[in-house]
Amino acid sequence: MSHNDNEVLIEIEKLVKTYRMGQETVQVLHDVDLTVNKGDFLAIVGPSGSGKSTMMNIIGCLDIPTSGSYKLDGVEVKGLSDNKLAAIRNDKIGFIFQGFQLLPKLTAIENVELPLVYRGLSNKERRKRAAEALRKVGLEERMFHKPSELSGGQQQRVAIARALAGEPPMLLADEPTGALDTRTGQEVLALMEQLHQQGHTIVLITHDMEVAARAERVVRMKDGVLTEDHAERRERREAFAGIQDGI
Amino acid sequence: MKLSQAFRMAFKSVLANKLRTALSMLGMLIGVATVIALVSMSEGSSRQVQAQVESLGAANMLQVTITGRGLTTSLSKDEAMEYGDIDNVEGVSPIVNGNAYAKYGTTSESYTVEGITPEYADVRNVSFVEGRYIVDMDLTNYNKVAVIGANVASDLFDTEDPVGKTLLLNGNRYKVVGLLETKGDSLNGSADDKILIPLTTAERLLSSKGVKSIYLKITDTDKSEATQALITAKLAAKFPNSTNAYRVIDQQESMETLGSITQTMTSMMAGIAAISLVVGGIGIMNIMLVSVTERTREIGIRKSLGAKRRDILTQFLIEAVAISGLGGAIGIAIGYVASHIIGVVMDTETAVSFAMVVEAFAFSAGVGVIFGIFPANKAARLRPVDALRHD
Ligand SMILES: Nc1ncnc2c1ncn2[C@@H]1O[C@H](COP(=O)(O)OP(=O)(O)OP(=O)(O)O)[C@@H](O)[C@H]1O
Ligand SMILES: [Mg+2]
Repeated sequence: MSHNDNEVLIEIEKLVKTYRMGQETVQVLHDVDLTVNKGDFLAIVGPSGSGKSTMMNIIGCLDIPTSGSYKLDGVEVKGLSDNKLAAIRNDKIGFIFQGFQLLPKLTAIENVELPLVYRGLSNKERRKRAAEALRKVGLEERMFHKPSELSGGQQQRVAIARALAGEPPMLLADEPTGALDTRTGQEVLALMEQLHQQGHTIVLITHDMEVAARAERVVRMKDGVLTEDHAERRERREAFAGIQDGI
Repeated sequence: MKLSQAFRMAFKSVLANKLRTALSMLGMLIGVATVIALVSMSEGSSRQVQAQVESLGAANMLQVTITGRGLTTSLSKDEAMEYGDIDNVEGVSPIVNGNAYAKYGTTSESYTVEGITPEYADVRNVSFVEGRYIVDMDLTNYNKVAVIGANVASDLFDTEDPVGKTLLLNGNRYKVVGLLETKGDSLNGSADDKILIPLTTAERLLSSKGVKSIYLKITDTDKSEATQALITAKLAAKFPNSTNAYRVIDQQESMETLGSITQTMTSMMAGIAAISLVVGGIGIMNIMLVSVTERTREIGIRKSLGAKRRDILTQFLIEAVAISGLGGAIGIAIGYVASHIIGVVMDTETAVSFAMVVEAFAFSAGVGVIFGIFPANKAARLRPVDALRHD
């Protein structure tokens, strides 16, 4: 494998998130600890309302924790300015959302270019990298189509290409198959497995155990508490290693 | 993000919503068109006034009128000419004036008659188109010759060439030797409606002994007040103990009064126009605010992909400026055409100056910035989590 297993990418300690609702405060995440190494394929699974999206927003630097520590790639995220967080999102995170979140007025390639626009790359360089990313997800034929001219599966692949375009160290997917039928969902998952094998770190959030089972490592979220079955983890690791070694 | 890219993005979005863009720029467009049309009208008329005043040579002219006291009610011609020795005075034109009936053929009418010296031409800046002027010889010989204004010529002689013809002034025969150039309306009554004859002859014709009015041309208008003081002193010596026996009138003052009237008119129109531009700006702000709400999700997506506050702010600001600037540009074109049409239909002079065009455009773009900042800032401040959840 191209990555180093021991290099830590995400380090979360005693993370708490509370929401203020009028007078009351609702605690959504309770002292969450989580470590993700580079090259991991992690699934966070849990029932609706358990706090998965909240977790993903914090991991994705879209939201800030109430207390606790979150280090991404060695950098403490808590207390950073809006601009710094934007730069981190641009640099280190590739988002894959449940609802695709493509801009409807832009073509597939223009959508894929967006993170590179905010990175300040030249027109030519952007085109090149965006085309390359679309090729990776098998959509080079559909580059100049608007999202409305693409199927759900194709739209999600555009979204994945967009997440890949900036070559971030981590892909963050929130229910990536949630809006897709079983078959296209499987295709997307296969694509993510493939990306994992190419060395991408993936954090996948889902409520579906079957989907989570595709990951190398699974953590469970329930009522804002995160637990990990270590036995399960080891077993999966070995299984993955087996596949990769071609046994 | 690069600024060029921000421009491209903003223009794309402006063009993607053609109807909305057109509607939101309408206020701006009408505002600017109104500015151009109104200001061009007042500028045109103020140019007209200025041209008249300039043709009078009024800016560097002083007028002395003598009403007199007791026995001395006027100056002699020689006394009047002495005022030419005063520092800064370039020329002196003493005048004897009154009214007389002029008759040619069967037409007869009352006109202002001015008895003048040859200096009149230079001091009052009147040139003639035909014939000759009144010369010193005419004065010494008491020649009965006349130079007539353009309106007098057309009234009395119709299409005939007046030069060489003889007309009757209060029954006396005067030979027309020259015709003045048309000057248009002016402050002191136009020379167009005057008959000019030699000063000496006029004294007899009008049976008025002495000069009652002197026009003085000065070299340096900045020193006008000092010169006026010297003139007043000289008059005071002539008419002791009676300060209201004479009056020194500064032509510049009356010109300034007139100028300030047109100025007031211009600024009033500019004020009205500015209000309509502000209304246009509010229209743009309105649309931009709706647009921000409508595009909250887009903003969320862009932010999640790494757009900084500044990126979102510039994008929306450029959009606002593009809309208002485009509205301004089209408004200028329409205003330009409208001012021409107004000029033709109302038969007034209109003038669209380059400075006005630049100002109007800059103003409309500025309105875009001012009214765009609030919505753009609102967009830039959205939190990505909230923006992404929005639907
Ligand atoms: N902005 C907010 N204000 C108040 N409470 C919130 C807010 N966002 C989320 N919550 C609460 O936090 C809890 C967890 O929400 P979250 O969206 O993380 O759940 P989830 O695990 O993603 O659920 P699902 O599978 O349905 O997407 C819920 O009870 C929700 O009501
Ligand atoms: Mg969720």
